[in-house]
Amino acid sequence: MMPEPSSHEALIDRLGTGLVPVRRLLPPWLRTAGWLLVVVALAVGLLLHYGAAPMLRRWAATPDLAWAGVGAVITAISAAWAAFALGVPGRPAAWAWLPLPGAVLWIGASGLGCLREWIAPGTEIASMHQSADCLVFIISFSVPLSALLIVLLRRACPLRPVLTAVLIGLASAAASASLLEICHAYDSAATDLLTHALAVVAVVGVNAAMGGRLLSKA
Amino acid sequence: MSQALTATACMGLDSGLSLRTSPAPTVSADVATANDSETPDRRRVAWMAAAQAGDRRAYERLLADSVALIRTTARRQGVAPDGLDDVVQETLITVHRVRHTYDPGRSYDAWLTAIASRRAIDALRSRGRRDSRELHDDYALDRHPDADDASAATESGQRAQRLHEAIAELPPGQREAVEQLGLRERSLSEAAELTGRNAGALKVNLHRALKALRERFHGEP
Repeated sequence: MMPEPSSHEALIDRLGTGLVPVRRLLPPWLRTAGWLLVVVALAVGLLLHYGAAPMLRRWAATPDLAWAGVGAVITAISAAWAAFALGVPGRPAAWAWLPLPGAVLWIGASGLGCLREWIAPGTEIASMHQSADCLVFIISFSVPLSALLIVLLRRACPLRPVLTAVLIGLASAAASASLLEICHAYDSAATDLLTHALAVVAVVGVNAAMGGRLLSKA
Repeated sequence: MSQALTATACMGLDSGLSLRTSPAPTVSADVATANDSETPDRRRVAWMAAAQAGDRRAYERLLADSVALIRTTARRQGVAPDGLDDVVQETLITVHRVRHTYDPGRSYDAWLTAIASRRAIDALRSRGRRDSRELHDDYALDRHPDADDASAATESGQRAQRLHEAIAELPPGQREAVEQLGLRERSLSEAAELTGRNAGALKVNLHRALKALRERFHGEP
């Protein structure tokens, strides 16, 4: 069924009839900053409640955990920025690689936590029960942060919905892990790291499965 | 995931700076009749900036001007010639819906090509799905040839011909509904956007058309 040549004209005419002025989308970095503002607000709330002292004390004792925290923050920022960039048609898919350096630092430094018992035998190690709290914490903060990103990106035009959803999952999981640093009562160990990894994979996976569908309708 | 569609934009603060460096869009007739000495992309950038501000004349010129680029993009993605017009229509509809995502500090062609490529891939996928549902088994076809091929082909050809005639004789609204929803397999919302009618009217028209066709083919002695 070939439409007759005039059918494009008819469509163009109809689209022209429905033309109203539009408010242009803000640039990706500004939209990223808006989302980060919400994360910062949450961080301020947690700091007011717990204070910065326990976090700083823990970081002084185990610098690799401080590096992991820095890596998580960088991952959250770069993954969100990449997601917003991919929401604009014509931006290269290479943006998806932006969170890689931060993620390497985050995962690499956390991985050192596995060796905790050999590096710093005196530190307190989380039990399975405490680790489950971390899982709940990361997931419960990731859900609203992911939802906010999905809402913001539905106003854009993510032409690669699943890739964008993976970045959304990564950004919100990394942001949640960063927030967890503030109120984490104990040091990273194999059990703790495993639950973190589980939470991150769950958040990214759910986003890829559901977010991809939600974004492709946008 | 498809390949990178453009190689122009680089990572960094460029996207942020473009907000301030981009020329403010002006709604005026001289934008629509932009200087011919400009490159086609520059001309389309000016038209799109004006269209974002509500300039209908610039917008319609831009869309008409975009058709050729969309067809080229779709062809490069491997869309068959008879599928090109569908990709053009889907792309134009998407362009209309997401025109606010265009940043006049950047290339219009890169923006349009990205959307057209995606719509071309969608078209190839949905065609792939349709084909996989249909039976394509050469072995089975060889083993079970039609009893008398020539007369069967003629008969089905005549049947198709009669059906096409019947559809052509339907009132315009009903014919449109059958073509868009039945023959072209569009969704209600796509058909509504394409025809400018609301979904309810399309449904009613399709229902009436099918009833009329049924009466014509089965009701008659």
